[in-house]
Amino acid sequence: MSRQWILRRILLVIPAMLGISVLLYTVLALAPGDPFSELAQNPAVPPEVAAALRAKFGLDDPVWVRYGHWFTSMMRGDWGFSFVSRMDVDTLILQRLPTTLIVIGAAQLMAILVALPVGVLAGIRPYSVFDQIANTLAFIGFSLPTFFTGLLLILVFSIQLDWLPFVYRADINATGWKFYWEHIRQSIMPVMVLGLFQGASLVRYVRSSVLDVVKLDYVITARSKGIGERKVVTKHVVRNALIPVVTLVMLQMPVVFGGAIVTEQIFRVPGIGSLLISAMLANDTPVVMAVTFVFSCLVVLCNLIADVLYAWLDPRISYR
Amino acid sequence: MVETLLEIHGLKTWFKTDDGMVRAVDGVDLRIDHGETLGVVGESGCGKTVTARSVLKLIDMPPGRFEGGRILWRGRDLIPLDDQEMNKIRAREIAIIFQEPMTSLNPVYTVGDQIAEVIALHQKLGRKQAMEGAAEMLRLVNIPNPQHRVHDYPHQFSGGMRQRVMIAMALSCQPKLLIADEPTTALDVTIQAQILELMHEMKDRFGMAIMLITHAMGVVAETCQRVTVMYAGKVVEEAPVGELFGQPRHPYTQGLIRSIPRVDRAAEKKQRLEAISGTVPSLLDPPPGCRFAARCRYASDICVREMPPLKEVAPGHFVRCVL
Repeated sequence: MSRQWILRRILLVIPAMLGISVLLYTVLALAPGDPFSELAQNPAVPPEVAAALRAKFGLDDPVWVRYGHWFTSMMRGDWGFSFVSRMDVDTLILQRLPTTLIVIGAAQLMAILVALPVGVLAGIRPYSVFDQIANTLAFIGFSLPTFFTGLLLILVFSIQLDWLPFVYRADINATGWKFYWEHIRQSIMPVMVLGLFQGASLVRYVRSSVLDVVKLDYVITARSKGIGERKVVTKHVVRNALIPVVTLVMLQMPVVFGGAIVTEQIFRVPGIGSLLISAMLANDTPVVMAVTFVFSCLVVLCNLIADVLYAWLDPRISYR
Repeated sequence: MVETLLEIHGLKTWFKTDDGMVRAVDGVDLRIDHGETLGVVGESGCGKTVTARSVLKLIDMPPGRFEGGRILWRGRDLIPLDDQEMNKIRAREIAIIFQEPMTSLNPVYTVGDQIAEVIALHQKLGRKQAMEGAAEMLRLVNIPNPQHRVHDYPHQFSGGMRQRVMIAMALSCQPKLLIADEPTTALDVTIQAQILELMHEMKDRFGMAIMLITHAMGVVAETCQRVTVMYAGKVVEEAPVGELFGQPRHPYTQGLIRSIPRVDRAAEKKQRLEAISGTVPSLLDPPPGCRFAARCRYASDICVREMPPLKEVAPGHFVRCVL
């Protein structure tokens, strides 16, 4: 894999991001309501004051002029000001982003750690008892939506058993081990809900991919070499089976972020997903714009990682 | 006295399918001596490949199953051995190459890695020495610029070159027997000749025996000392090569030999190429009699009723036919 190819692939991200920002901005500008719409209905504010405010903040300018303003200030690191929270948007997002990334990252990691061995074992012994059980569980896992499993877990582990907190708190008054322990305790349920949902569909992908690969000629060649069955599977089957799985996992990332928004809402996780929902409800356009833009950045980044991983896994892809 | 390497007695490899038992190999006997080339011929679906894979126990079980027989490798029966014991024999004593060089190599590893894997495992060498060994093997099979090409991936090689890589891999531990399962079928004619010649050269260099599975009678005539003819999961004739082509006894063998294209006849006499009419019978619950009876021009009542035994008609020449 050449460094030049990776560099070129990274450069391709720039036009993609530009296009996404234009699209997002236009859609948001076309949507009804802006931060001043409440002002217009407020009888205490005279219409000419409201109009003057609108003019001052440039809300009546054409969309492309406003986009230009937004773009230039964003490039300078100014992401706008949240009218509702009375804070800079970038500080607001930076407060929330780590929580979301940790929850999603841990969930995705868990999904992969569970799905990979289960899927591979099910794929090399198709229709065995293990495969049947794994399949059934996977089917249940991805049929149940996260808002259902989330509530179910809260009902069992928080309300019935009272083992885990069901509200995620960002302000934990503890230091050292206790601080981390509390964070882990409150992350368990959101991570489980997201991770198992992702893992369930991943098991099916891995299984069918392994099933395709184990029949191939080069696996028989590998067996004929006298390397043990375990090595045949880990070295010759799994790496080839992973190639399509990587694509699927990364294509699923937008769904994961969407699922995270729901999960954050259920467990009251103070991540950017719940920030997005509250901003939308409050017509806080700068925050909505910034959060959706951050989400798209993450999705584009995941695609970039997928391309690089794909190229690393499969040498037949040429980088020209 | 030449050492007998491989002796197969009454091997039955059956496959369980939804429709019933498929008797892919149904009582095969064959023998390979040290340093000789045995041709195993027969049309598609007659059990050649299953026989070959049975020797190394590369058959998926289930659905496959050994229903009977023995596979004696230097006097030791391989059938009861477990995977771990088989792995000491695979590649080190018996190696195999396959029909499809395009798909027999793992696309995600360099050819060097794949050859070095065998060398490192069986000769207990480090990675660096094993890679040097791999380059040396590529040089032996006449791949130009081997030091450089060990680092290439299979997709950077042509079909013929890949089959050379497969041969290099198979020979890297100097096995006593190379099973070549239709090694030239997927290649074009000029490359076929090169690969056969390479196998011959390697055979002389390493003093190994070859079990050459093919359906090309021309290839057999050129390369083998003895020939075993298979039909529908059974051996129908076995003879030294000269005798088989000079005096074929089984009607099926005669048909096979008549179906070799001959340019001289086609050009001068405008003679059409003879084919054996009909197809191989289903191996699902085959009839009790001779399996070739339905296609045989000499078939009589007895052929349909019972399976003729394999009998010796001349020294080293066995035929399964009542004639």
